[in-house]
Amino acid sequence: MSPAAATAATAAATAESHGFLSPTGVEIAFLLVGLVTLGAAVITVTTRQLVHAALWLVVALGGLAVEYLLLTAEFIAWVQVLIYVGSVVVLLLFGLMLTKAPIGRSPDADSRNRPVALAVALLAAAALVWVVVDAFRTTVIDLDGAAQGSTDVTGSILFRHWVLPFEALSVLLLAALIGAIVLSRKKAAEDTTASPATDPHEDAPTPEGDR
Amino acid sequence: MNDALDVALRLVIVFAAFLVLPLVVGQTEHKVMAHMQGRLGPMHAGGFHGWAQLVADGVKFAQKEDVVPAAADRRVFQLAPAIALLPYLLVLIAIPIGPGEGAVGEVVDAGVFFVLAVMGVGVLGSLMAGWASANKFSLLGGLRTAAQLLAYELPMLLAAASVAMAAGTVSLPGIVDAFEWWWLPWQIVGALVFFVAGLAELQRPPFDMPVADSEIIFGAYTEYTGLRFALFLLAEYAGIVVLCGLTTVLFLGGWHGPWGADGLGWVWTLLKTAVLAFVVIWLRVSYPRLREDQLQKLAWTLLIPLALAQIALTGIVKVAIN
Repeated sequence: MSPAAATAATAAATAESHGFLSPTGVEIAFLLVGLVTLGAAVITVTTRQLVHAALWLVVALGGLAVEYLLLTAEFIAWVQVLIYVGSVVVLLLFGLMLTKAPIGRSPDADSRNRPVALAVALLAAAALVWVVVDAFRTTVIDLDGAAQGSTDVTGSILFRHWVLPFEALSVLLLAALIGAIVLSRKKAAEDTTASPATDPHEDAPTPEGDR
Repeated sequence: MNDALDVALRLVIVFAAFLVLPLVVGQTEHKVMAHMQGRLGPMHAGGFHGWAQLVADGVKFAQKEDVVPAAADRRVFQLAPAIALLPYLLVLIAIPIGPGEGAVGEVVDAGVFFVLAVMGVGVLGSLMAGWASANKFSLLGGLRTAAQLLAYELPMLLAAASVAMAAGTVSLPGIVDAFEWWWLPWQIVGALVFFVAGLAELQRPPFDMPVADSEIIFGAYTEYTGLRFALFLLAEYAGIVVLCGLTTVLFLGGWHGPWGADGLGWVWTLLKTAVLAFVVIWLRVSYPRLREDQLQKLAWTLLIPLALAQIALTGIVKVAIN
């Protein structure tokens, strides 16, 4: 029996005494936070101000973390904040500030892919909604029972039932990491062969100088 | 006791600590720096050894005009100090100062992840300030802040992961509960990596390249005045309190001490935190600022390998004693 089915079965027992989307406080909070997250995400992709888009992305990702919390998945929520808000957005802002981050609108930042992007987004959203609805239907989390999303439970499920996908993912990430290093080094090598007459002081402190 | 009242009381106590402890650290910094440099430091405000100097500073900041540069992005500029300060308040809620449920604001199941995640968010405040000021120096400061965070977040996380492995839990009270005295030599490398990386994340000297006053005035905070500027300064000192408290809880055994009666554990926690805060001030007085490339080199070629070695050591010892 897969763990998802197991949790579904335990949750289904409690679902019988619980109507679909009866408005308890937690559910209302969940819906409101969901609306905020959706709004922030829409602004992220429609705003003309580049850095504002990155900051609205923080709101959207933070809203997702709150949703995870409300679904009792505490560990996932904090990891979401740590990785996405703390690292990915900082990297994004770093890239923006390093290249071009004007204050105010940047009308040239729009490509003509808007309809295509919209179609892809709608398709992806439809697929995800369908999968999630089909998987969980009317299951309800039992808040009074044993914790279902604590670090303990997440860890044992991850390393007992999902260890193969977990390892496959880490190999994928490792491959991406090595690929990034290879790509950046090739570029650096081409640059030095293309323009050998660079300032000799310039390459001393860079990591390439150690090769 | 009534649940709501209990929660409210805890939050009030944490908030009071959040307001008082950073000021204590700030005043200590004034005095310790002064004495290390053969000066007296503030002596007049409040009478006894200038104890009220920071209160006077606060009044001064509150009276200053709040200026927003004309070319700045107004809303982001005004929001940035709050983003920089609030995460430290949230982190303080999760730090236990004594044994049992009574001595922590709120027991967080994934405490280590919570504190590191929320501390990372605080840096967004500096980035927003750096970008929204419409000032080249601020932008440079913001860039350096981002580069520093990206480099030092990883060793910090790895060092914390090592101690979480040793304890077999990621809850902060759980980690201190599991602490034994011999963890100190066992985790010493991780402790040093964590503390150094934390200093860099707070942009304290010798890692204060993002606010290097001789090069870029005051980095991301150049354009700030009055209360908003004071909030950034307060965030720095709250950051010192949080970093020292976390190092105490994760690596120095929190409320465990060689002697002392039950119920006095919180004294040990505060004492260790105070000693670490003194070290932070001491480092500021004694070390010159690291250059940007030295900063990056220290993180990527020294701290990360050390943290990985610590994790390997932790794993080996953990398997051996089981």
